[in-house]
Amino acid sequence: MADFNVRSDSVNVEQIMEQIRARIREKRGVDYTEQQIRDLAAVKLEKFLDPKGVRSDLLEQFRKAQLAYEPPELPNYAFEGDTIYETHRGPLRFIRRLLNPILKLFFNPTPLIQALHIQSRLNTMYAEREARREAARRATDQLNYELIHNLVIEVTRNSIEVKNLKMRVESLSSRLEFNERRARALESVVVYKPSSEAGSQRGGGTQPLAQQAQRPQPQPAQPSHAQTPQPQQPSPQGGPQAEGPGQRSRRRRRRRGRRSGAPAAAVMGGQQAAPDSEAATDRPPHDDAAEPSEPRAADAAHEAGSPTAPATEDLQNMTGAASHPSEPPDRDSQ
Amino acid sequence: MKLALVVQRYGPTINGGAELHARYIAERLSRHAQVEVLTTCATDYVTWRNELPAGVDTVNGITVRRFRVRHERDPRVFGRRSHRVFEERHSVADELAWLDAEGPTSRALVKHVAKHAAAFDFCLFFSYRYYHAYYGVRGATSRAVLVPTAERDEAIGLSIFPPLFRAVRALMYNSPEERTMIHAAASNHDVPGVVVGVGSEVPQNTQPGRFRQKHNIRGPFAVYVGRIDENKGCKELFDFFQGYLRDPAGKLTLVLIGNSLLPIPEHPRIRHLGFVDDADKFDAMAAADVLLMPSYFESLSMVALEAWALGRPVLANAKCDVLKGQCIRSNAGLYYESYAEFHETLRAIEQNRWLAGALGRNGRQFFREHYDWPVIERKYLEMFDRLRKEHSTRTIEPLPGWFERRRQNLPPAAEVLAALPIGGVTGASKRPDSASPKPAASEGRRRA
Repeated sequence: MADFNVRSDSVNVEQIMEQIRARIREKRGVDYTEQQIRDLAAVKLEKFLDPKGVRSDLLEQFRKAQLAYEPPELPNYAFEGDTIYETHRGPLRFIRRLLNPILKLFFNPTPLIQALHIQSRLNTMYAEREARREAARRATDQLNYELIHNLVIEVTRNSIEVKNLKMRVESLSSRLEFNERRARALESVVVYKPSSEAGSQRGGGTQPLAQQAQRPQPQPAQPSHAQTPQPQQPSPQGGPQAEGPGQRSRRRRRRRGRRSGAPAAAVMGGQQAAPDSEAATDRPPHDDAAEPSEPRAADAAHEAGSPTAPATEDLQNMTGAASHPSEPPDRDSQ
Repeated sequence: MKLALVVQRYGPTINGGAELHARYIAERLSRHAQVEVLTTCATDYVTWRNELPAGVDTVNGITVRRFRVRHERDPRVFGRRSHRVFEERHSVADELAWLDAEGPTSRALVKHVAKHAAAFDFCLFFSYRYYHAYYGVRGATSRAVLVPTAERDEAIGLSIFPPLFRAVRALMYNSPEERTMIHAAASNHDVPGVVVGVGSEVPQNTQPGRFRQKHNIRGPFAVYVGRIDENKGCKELFDFFQGYLRDPAGKLTLVLIGNSLLPIPEHPRIRHLGFVDDADKFDAMAAADVLLMPSYFESLSMVALEAWALGRPVLANAKCDVLKGQCIRSNAGLYYESYAEFHETLRAIEQNRWLAGALGRNGRQFFREHYDWPVIERKYLEMFDRLRKEHSTRTIEPLPGWFERRRQNLPPAAEVLAALPIGGVTGASKRPDSASPKPAASEGRRRA
């Protein structure tokens, strides 16, 4: 946090807090409190989730749909030993009791009374058990809906997180792109800046660029170079100028080629397909003397599995000494 | 000039905020006037048990007259009545019953104040929410000067207190936020008031090295001083600091000073030193990189002022209006509302030494300008001079009659509190010693 812009004598706490909050927003995207996340989950879920797929107010809807459970009043009866003789009329009850022995002469009512009594008890027991089961089921339902509700909140939170991460990725991509552009700009400064040495070489009667470019390039002893279908041709546009319009256009093409996103392996290992003639054309004159031995050394190291080989090639790519592997070998000859 | 200072507890070992405030003020004003302290025999603010003998005593050269508390506080009754008046529709009688349950119920003290008020030029009442202040002001309205020490809690929403705020001769506020809140609650803009606060006895020569050596503390650290309690925001502080500890770039240790009512997290970079003496406390603050103030409710943070007096920055909880306002007005502290803000602000202070230094310098300047003892004394004396020149015509509104007092027509205090303006006072009213009260905060800042 050493990057606060508060270097004056007068500190303004409110400004510092604004900077800190801006920094938090930048780092984490928009900050939501727990309550805000819940509000979002409950109200504005459609911004983050498909509203057709999930409902944001599941629990509320469920509570509205389900009334408080009360066990139903199931029909039942009480059956005791004297139930069949019960009546609200006193004289009738008296006569029935009086005649009861006569009734028992015709049939035995006791098993009937016992069976109905047991049935009554069973009915009560089943009703209670059913009520307990129903209550348990409803409690489980409630838990399930709670769970779904919490899941919805978590999904919302994750959606926000994903959104924030996307923002961060975009930010990092833009930074990476900027850094790439910056690296390319630095490359061009390194490659095309006319150094005093080069100037003195040019002025001191050294061979002009065209002649250097047309000098036959020694073929490195690498099988891939030997299998190159098209022989390397010197560039017809190679003039004595250090940076002609043709070179600029080639450089643009190379940049486009790099932007086109060639795989890293191709960049690192694609030197095999790169024609040396182009490298010779792009290379500054003072590197010319060392040029023939460089590819051989690189290839030899590459073949020997040396870790320095790709690094050397990469360096060539970085300094623009080699053409981009995605570029067709015959382009420079056009 | 003869002053009576009426406070719920008083003594050299009593370190509660308002009580310490009262003792400092009594001792300082005793250089300019004859001061007598009227208080209770209690030392414990939870039970109000009579622990000191009644009668006249002398504490640091100040005459102290103690009165017995009639009954101790019953926490269950107090809790029940608090719930009644804070959360439900209630009556004036309910509020008076709540006040009685809160205590310290010392009728002898109130009678003495009412009987002998004429013998004093002014009676300074501390802490509006207690029994002694409510009935004491009613007994000595024409001489009453109130130091409300009001926090943003539900008590401010009770209907029995606004007449008190309107009746006193003057109010000595602790902060502009407190003044704004009381103005909004009581509409007492016409009552003379001044934001004073309180100074502190900060030693000139602290010894941070001695503290580090004594407690074997190496490396940078943040310090918390005070009761380690959930109500003071310490639980949240622990959560946040444990999150900060997961950041490999953070090097601060948390040093806790004070008695703990909470379990302290086990971590090598969280150190609890318990209760320490004043010398250690000031040395610790001088040695610390930052003082943490996680409290939600403060009427004035003396610890923050002491840290500023020692040139240390403060990181405060922005949910406390007063602390946030103090940080903004002083430009001497940062504040946080969430973990992300806590982390970033703590890292800012830790890693940007220039920022920490600048905040500390501002704090020292703020303390000198507003809370140095000569400034505090001057404000009190100027207010007394002003009041002596003015003729008092104020009377307190009488309590409603027996039937009216029992009408259940008062809203819950929590609702009233929620309607009061919220947020630190900044901008035009940045000067805490402004004698002319500013209007209440705009409607836009009112909480929905």
